[in-house]
Amino acid sequence: MAATATPLKTTALHAIHRRMGAKMVDFGGWDMPLQYTGILEEHRAVRSAAGLFDVSHMGEIEIRGPAAGALTDYVTTNAVARLQPGQAQYSGLLYEHGGFVDDILVHKLADDSYFLCVNASNQEKDYEHIAGANRFHAEVELASDRYSQLAIQGPRALAILQKLTPDDLTPIRYYHFMDGSVAGIPTRIARTGYTGEDGFEIYFAPEHSERMWKDILDAGQEFGIRPCGLGARNTLRLEAGMALYGHEIHASITPFEAGLDWIVKLDKGDFMGRAALVRQKEQGITRRLAGFEMMGRGIGRDDYEVFIDGSPAGWVTSGGPSPTLNKNIGLCYLPADRAKTGRRIQIVIRGQPVDAVTVPVPFYKRAT
Amino acid sequence: MYPEDLHYTKQHEWVRVSGDVGAIGITDYAQKELGDIVYVDLPRVGTKVEQGKVMGSVESVKAVSDIYSPVSGEVIETNDVLATAPEKVNAGPHDDGWLVKIRLAAPDEIGGLLSAADYEKYVAEETGH
Repeated sequence: MAATATPLKTTALHAIHRRMGAKMVDFGGWDMPLQYTGILEEHRAVRSAAGLFDVSHMGEIEIRGPAAGALTDYVTTNAVARLQPGQAQYSGLLYEHGGFVDDILVHKLADDSYFLCVNASNQEKDYEHIAGANRFHAEVELASDRYSQLAIQGPRALAILQKLTPDDLTPIRYYHFMDGSVAGIPTRIARTGYTGEDGFEIYFAPEHSERMWKDILDAGQEFGIRPCGLGARNTLRLEAGMALYGHEIHASITPFEAGLDWIVKLDKGDFMGRAALVRQKEQGITRRLAGFEMMGRGIGRDDYEVFIDGSPAGWVTSGGPSPTLNKNIGLCYLPADRAKTGRRIQIVIRGQPVDAVTVPVPFYKRAT
Repeated sequence: MYPEDLHYTKQHEWVRVSGDVGAIGITDYAQKELGDIVYVDLPRVGTKVEQGKVMGSVESVKAVSDIYSPVSGEVIETNDVLATAPEKVNAGPHDDGWLVKIRLAAPDEIGGLLSAADYEKYVAEETGH
């Protein structure tokens, strides 16, 4: 075993994961389940039935007070003013130079109360970033210790969760949420996800984690639910073309480069990073995220080099097998003028250029 | 668990010798560590491989793992079924999931490999069980 300076952090379900025989992995400083039975089986369960993920490592930040909306709007790229109570929004936290601090979900509880779901390993940084921009005197709290988060994803997620709550879940639209109860436990129930399927992400007090986990698995048994690890979460989000912080987006990538123009509302008024984005919009971007599909034999993976016509042109941000499409797929940065779909590129796999072609993203879209 | 008639390496490969030919594969421990295997990259027939040198790779959904040849020699056959059914390495790592067959150039190399019992002990120490 390699010596590590700091012990890994764990979620409230750590003992259960161990007991269920999950293969654990160090994920950004957290000891998390990579898989229970196998990534392929778990991936397919989510596409065809349902999967349950412990994502309690994710962070939660609460912004409260009369200026809560003003602060939230100022530190994020999307239009907070357009949110209704009970609505959620995918958004970016940017530095003034336009690069990502993090990508986040903003939930509006009320005009004076917002609930942010942020990436696990970014939570302290996000909190400092938001608190540092708080000239509005809103109340900002890093509240991660008060929440466990589970994701229940897949076409049967609604039927399974509905068994455990008196609240009618059907009216909750995509990217909306309600505060209700699941298994008798007060729970924030959001119709959001990171898999490309219908499903829910639920937030509740950590002390109820084991019961919540067991009750959902029991309720889902008749529907074929599977506990899933971060391995399947990654293959699912890649098929759905969703960005992962540290891969598609990071401090030196802007939303325009990442193809996330839709989360940027330049006309909403001033916000952090706006000036840099306006400049980039005028000048045009030089690189752009593109999807690719392997044509030759081999799997293009994270950080592999990309060549066009024999010259270095970019790098793979995420790549691997697509269990649903039975192809090897990935996302990569290419020069903006060469990122159109249908272009022949080469992924350098262990020194050998292997043919691939750029394709539209998402790779997978569920039938609706 | 680990068949007695195989010889093992600390890189988790095995070789099964019959006459002057050795069949090579990865161990059950290796396939479990990798998880679902989705791609196997093998040397072509005729390739000369050297003991301890990389001769190919096995890829799971999550990771790429080099295969180090446990013996030196020339590749005389590859397990072509794995091109379309790489999961056979998971299902039968010590038999159906063999990777290549090699005509041994230095049969005395075998003596330096681990027995099933020694390999099992080595894995137990590695994993701390």
